Amino acid sequence: MTLNSKIPEGPLSEKWTKHKFDLKLVNPANKRKYTVIVVGTGLAGASAASSLAEMGYNVKAFSYHESPRRAHSIAAQGGINAAKNYPNDGDSIFRLFYDTIKGGDYRSREANVYRLAEVSNNIIDQCVAQGVPFAREYGGLLDNRSFGGAQVSRTFYARGQTGQQLLLGAYSSLVRQMNTGKVKFHPRHDMLDIVKVDGHAKGIITRNLINGKVEAHAADAVILATGGYGNVFFLSTNAMACNATAAWRAHKKGAFFANPSFTQIHPTCIPVSSDHQSKLTLMSESLRNDGRIWVPKKAGDDRKAKDIPEDERDYYLERLYPSFGNLVPRDVASRRAKEMCDKGFGVGATKLAVYLDFEDVIERNGKQWVVEKYGNLFDMYKQITGEDPYTVPMRIYPAVHYTMGGVWVDYNLETTVDGLFVLGEANFSDHGANRLGASALMQGLADGYYVIPYTIGNYLASQAGGSVSVDDPAFKDALDETNNFINKLMSVKGDRTIDDIHKELGKIMWENVGMARNEAGLKKAIDLIPKLKDEFWSNVRIPGKANAMNTELEKAARLADFLELGELMARDALHREESCGGHFREEHQTEENEALRNDNDFTFVSAWAYQDGAQEPVLHKEDLIFENVKLTSRSYK
Amino acid sequence: MKVTLKIWRQKDGNAQGSFGTYQMDDVSGDMSFFEMLDLLNESLVMKNEEPVAFDHDCREGICGTCGVVINGRAHGPLRGVTTCQLHMRSYKDGDTIVIEPWRATAFPLIKDLIVDRRAFDNIMSAGGYVSINAGGAQDANATPIPKANADEAMDAASCIGCGACVASCKNSSAMLFLSAKVSQLALLPQGKVERKERALNMIAAMDEENFGGCTNTGACEVECPKEISLVHIARLNREYLRASLA
Repeated sequence: MTLNSKIPEGPLSEKWTKHKFDLKLVNPANKRKYTVIVVGTGLAGASAASSLAEMGYNVKAFSYHESPRRAHSIAAQGGINAAKNYPNDGDSIFRLFYDTIKGGDYRSREANVYRLAEVSNNIIDQCVAQGVPFAREYGGLLDNRSFGGAQVSRTFYARGQTGQQLLLGAYSSLVRQMNTGKVKFHPRHDMLDIVKVDGHAKGIITRNLINGKVEAHAADAVILATGGYGNVFFLSTNAMACNATAAWRAHKKGAFFANPSFTQIHPTCIPVSSDHQSKLTLMSESLRNDGRIWVPKKAGDDRKAKDIPEDERDYYLERLYPSFGNLVPRDVASRRAKEMCDKGFGVGATKLAVYLDFEDVIERNGKQWVVEKYGNLFDMYKQITGEDPYTVPMRIYPAVHYTMGGVWVDYNLETTVDGLFVLGEANFSDHGANRLGASALMQGLADGYYVIPYTIGNYLASQAGGSVSVDDPAFKDALDETNNFINKLMSVKGDRTIDDIHKELGKIMWENVGMARNEAGLKKAIDLIPKLKDEFWSNVRIPGKANAMNTELEKAARLADFLELGELMARDALHREESCGGHFREEHQTEENEALRNDNDFTFVSAWAYQDGAQEPVLHKEDLIFENVKLTSRSYK
Repeated sequence: MKVTLKIWRQKDGNAQGSFGTYQMDDVSGDMSFFEMLDLLNESLVMKNEEPVAFDHDCREGICGTCGVVINGRAHGPLRGVTTCQLHMRSYKDGDTIVIEPWRATAFPLIKDLIVDRRAFDNIMSAGGYVSINAGGAQDANATPIPKANADEAMDAASCIGCGACVASCKNSSAMLFLSAKVSQLALLPQGKVERKERALNMIAAMDEENFGGCTNTGACEVECPKEISLVHIARLNREYLRASLA
């Protein structure tokens, strides 16, 4: 099949406006005849669910959490971008678009990214109107700071808790609609399958995590807003329960999976301390505004940071990239940190860390200034490491943070399955091969508040509302399939715990499909992962029963999908013979160790189609066409 | 180090619960409290026993999913710290650690250390929002807000909804939780339009959900991992009074 991205004709800046006019509408009186399922209630899901309910649609929302407010969007720290140009420093919609395209290393769609930049300003307006307490200046107006990959200050923030405040804003809109009855929220439900009727997504299968009941739910369209798949690495900054199951099951039912190898490794995370580590904690990129990254000039220097004099420190990002300095994009900062540690300049007990030092800014602006700006981050660092970052520099190391890849969607955010839409981190659409800081919150809310409310109407207008019920045989088949899957898992009764196998997968992924990849390593991963998958299905141990709360069973179902997705990530990385953004192939680099793109052969989106059984996935290509920016080698020097 | 764990075990909401005792012989100070429980659960699975069910997710102290009572204190011994951010360096060799779920009528037990806090969503649903739809907002800088007000609203908005305030309160009152939202919105011009209905409806919802009343003991403020101040309860009381009189 040919992929149709459905990008509207016309000049870039008029595409979305024109498209909104061309989309079919559902008249207000008819909206109540339609029901939409929304899976996931983080920023993208909650904003979509509330917006659709406000318009008059009936919404069934699902989350594996007890409350929408628990979603991992809440952990985003630094901020949200918008092209308001309040600081009068030269920002514009086009500049935000340009920075995002360039930051993504020219592997995203122009039209999508431009739309994102276009609606970014509405998001800030909407959030302020909800009562989101963004940081302000003494005059009462909103404050901005700068983030990686940009030379303007366009990031709005609420201390180091911007994700929390934006999610609570979207949550407040959602609970308001729960109160009106337009949204029916199903807490503690895992989505385990998509149900298709005549080729269209018309429902889902869930497992109630409290009593284990497997149930079917029907609707006129299905939206997935289920986040990213960073936990395939076991250790990541994602929350413990973040998983790829909804996206992966959709993939197995016909939704193409795009650019799975595009993973973002965040440069500023607290380093791993031991084998017992269960997750990694991010220190916001905003810290790079005021902190300076350095390592000792001498490899293996064991002196304490304060004993190393200024002229024996290598502020390598400032040295290598004088114009962006510590604010280079994440992929560049991560790779350089790894390179420094690989060469023996690492610090701390494990030598897998670099310093992020606040001595200068504390001297310049005083400790209180730092407390106000970053207090909660400093407290968190101290709590985890036992060290006080006001007096000792932070130790940081890159960690898996975000996945740019995801379910392939067209301009309407619709997948290759009719009636199935994917929003937020779960889709692939806006960040190319590398996401810029403070752009995830922007995209999640753009999709939910300002894109899906328009585009879903176009689909629903072609459907008779309420025409499908769970009595359709497709639901019975899907229920049987899910019950068989669960029974199969429970009947293995092997000798290894889920975490034990998951950690092994994580190690394979980190070593071979991590920050730097090469042909031999990727082939090794493609060989090892299916073997581990066999090991899982023959030797995993799940205690307890399936018809009751069973946290191990929940984890096992997620790991089953990670084991398949991990292999696809390696295949995608192997196929893409170039380096771009977060995808760094050692074979393809410049003399200065920068990523070397191959625009002639790889200016496309890799969209993979699942094949049943043991067959290899099939690659489809969506060519990326650039009419408004010139593809250049990214330079942050 | 070695520690002894006494953990509340209960199959489901209807079953009889009791403490289970577990000996941990190889705990390091750099482990988080939950990493220590992960270690316990791995060993229980290998012994074909049911692992301890506990709620947790972000492990960064922000999602509010976690929370247990440790040696009688919600979220353990440290101030301003959630359970997930507690590390074993706070304990010493030979310690006995008693771990219990939040106990409150409004939070029925689901399993072991997991309770059902949906009552919090129901309180929020009664008025913890500004009634605006997506699409019609004015420019974000159209209404300046004094920095002091914005900052105080942010202090209140930091609430993570974990329920430690309820678990610490002898009346199982949700006043600190509720006041954080009422106070945040009362401090901002956007929230002022619906201030009366908000205060009345959220308080009514709290009563309906079987939370107790507030008798100003201040236990909630002490145990709140986000150090939400009692000042917000005072503001809630003023909001409620103003709404009741008008």
